[in-house]
Amino acid sequence: MKRIYVNEEWCLGCHLCEYNCAFANSGARDMATALKGKPIQPRIHIEEAPQISYAVSCRHCKDPLCVKSCISGALHLEDGVVCIDHGRCVGCLTCVLVCPYGAVLPGPDGAAMKCELCLHNAVGAPACAAGCPNRAIVYEERGEAI
Amino acid sequence: MKQYVIVGAGAAAAACIEGIRSVDRTGKITVISEEERPFCCRPLISYYLEGKTDLEHMHLHSPAFTREAGCTVCTGRRAAHLDAAAKTVRLDSGETLPYDALCVAAGASPQTPDYPGLEGVHGVFHFNALCDALALEKAVTKSTRVLILGGGLIGLKCAESLQARAGSLTICIRSGQLLRSILDADGSEMLRAHMEKQGIQFILGDTPARFEGNAAVMGGGQRVEFDALVVASGNRPNTELVSAAGGAVGRGILVDTRMATSLPDVYAAGDCAEGWTLTGQTRRVLAIWPNAVQQGYCAGVNMAGGEKNFDRAIPMNSIGLFGLHVMSAGSYTDLVYEAHTDAASKKLFARDGVLTGFILIGDVQRAGIYTALIREKTPLASIDFEAVKREPSLLPFGRAYRAQKLGGAV
Repeated sequence: MKRIYVNEEWCLGCHLCEYNCAFANSGARDMATALKGKPIQPRIHIEEAPQISYAVSCRHCKDPLCVKSCISGALHLEDGVVCIDHGRCVGCLTCVLVCPYGAVLPGPDGAAMKCELCLHNAVGAPACAAGCPNRAIVYEERGEAI
Repeated sequence: MKQYVIVGAGAAAAACIEGIRSVDRTGKITVISEEERPFCCRPLISYYLEGKTDLEHMHLHSPAFTREAGCTVCTGRRAAHLDAAAKTVRLDSGETLPYDALCVAAGASPQTPDYPGLEGVHGVFHFNALCDALALEKAVTKSTRVLILGGGLIGLKCAESLQARAGSLTICIRSGQLLRSILDADGSEMLRAHMEKQGIQFILGDTPARFEGNAAVMGGGQRVEFDALVVASGNRPNTELVSAAGGAVGRGILVDTRMATSLPDVYAAGDCAEGWTLTGQTRRVLAIWPNAVQQGYCAGVNMAGGEKNFDRAIPMNSIGLFGLHVMSAGSYTDLVYEAHTDAASKKLFARDGVLTGFILIGDVQRAGIYTALIREKTPLASIDFEAVKREPSLLPFGRAYRAQKLGGAV
């Protein structure tokens, strides 16, 4: 399946992916309304140190520990994509406790929040990859782990 | 066609069905559920009382799922007797079910200490199953004084869930320490202070010596009057079915890494099972959700003739109480890092060059990076542990690790 992949050597550390993600998942029609003057709530994050930067978001693991650990049934698989039913999540955050990549986050309302590849929002495909100026983030097939 | 029987209808049983179906699409699966509502997600009962979920959303497996998976669910039935030689289970109704492979996922039952005078108390509750939550929902009003015995996960989540409904809430903890199996003394103290701010009262280091009607007389002499008593003094694994059939039990039903018990073609999973933990040195009952799911799935695969081992079990918990999150995992060996603020606390433990455990309170972001270090037994010398101590991120793991995990399918 298509996943988000990160080419670390091409990341500029510009953080555009975070803004595009927050906007795509805001439900707002324009970026200013969605983001201006507000703390942004992206599901992708840039980690950086001198000379290093790269983006981290859900890996959509083949055998996701978060789904197995979810007590409410909110986290589930849809054709290989790890999705979250926001209304079912009770905010226990066991998913945050088990995700090896730190890619599931506590959201602003207490429920867990994660990348769903923009498949459930109006954008329809990952906004982070589409807006990455240097193709450091790509959305493509790379074959499955053995 | 193979016949599978699963005793119990909780998380382990649900995962067992999926494990079986990953190998065998057609075998007959029969689930024996004591509860009238099978596959009800028990950890949600506190959230139900808080109004964060409802009865429609508390089911792990809908009736439609069990139909599609080809399962027959016998509700309101108890497995009364196991004949391991004849490979049959007799139900309390008298019906006998033959099996080719059996999974005992019977869970655990709340224990009530033998307090003198308890029989004279009006309004005694547990907080384990949906029926307990429904009973408390009916019984507790703004004028109800609630006394909870036990300061573990169940007692504290019960207090949180009743706070908006009850007149007053008092938690009595014999050991004096909140979440004793999860927190150390400092963490317990931080949590107590937080809960007291929410109006919860504590009686620490004492336990009822006797009850006089609806009043608890503590060992220290204090008299506590109440309208509802919640006994949350711990659970005992339901091992009787297997032990009576001659199967090996310790605290729980003893299983190997395939979830097989000492009886042929009998498996066990979840809160009733005592399995090997990550260290490989001890077997433990780890009554936590992720463990139940992984054990149940593993049992199911092996029951159906597949091959699966689960040997990565570690104790871990994530619990939120009145907005304060507590996360912990592993075992607390040698303290190698601690950081404290008014709102947050972090302790990391390591031994023999690997992270063995942690306690995080308040700031729990990306805790899973620490959990993975424990689970994978990552040599700390192979990463920049000084950096990871301060903040969990993927930076200290190096470029090659990131290229593999972020640049490939995992």
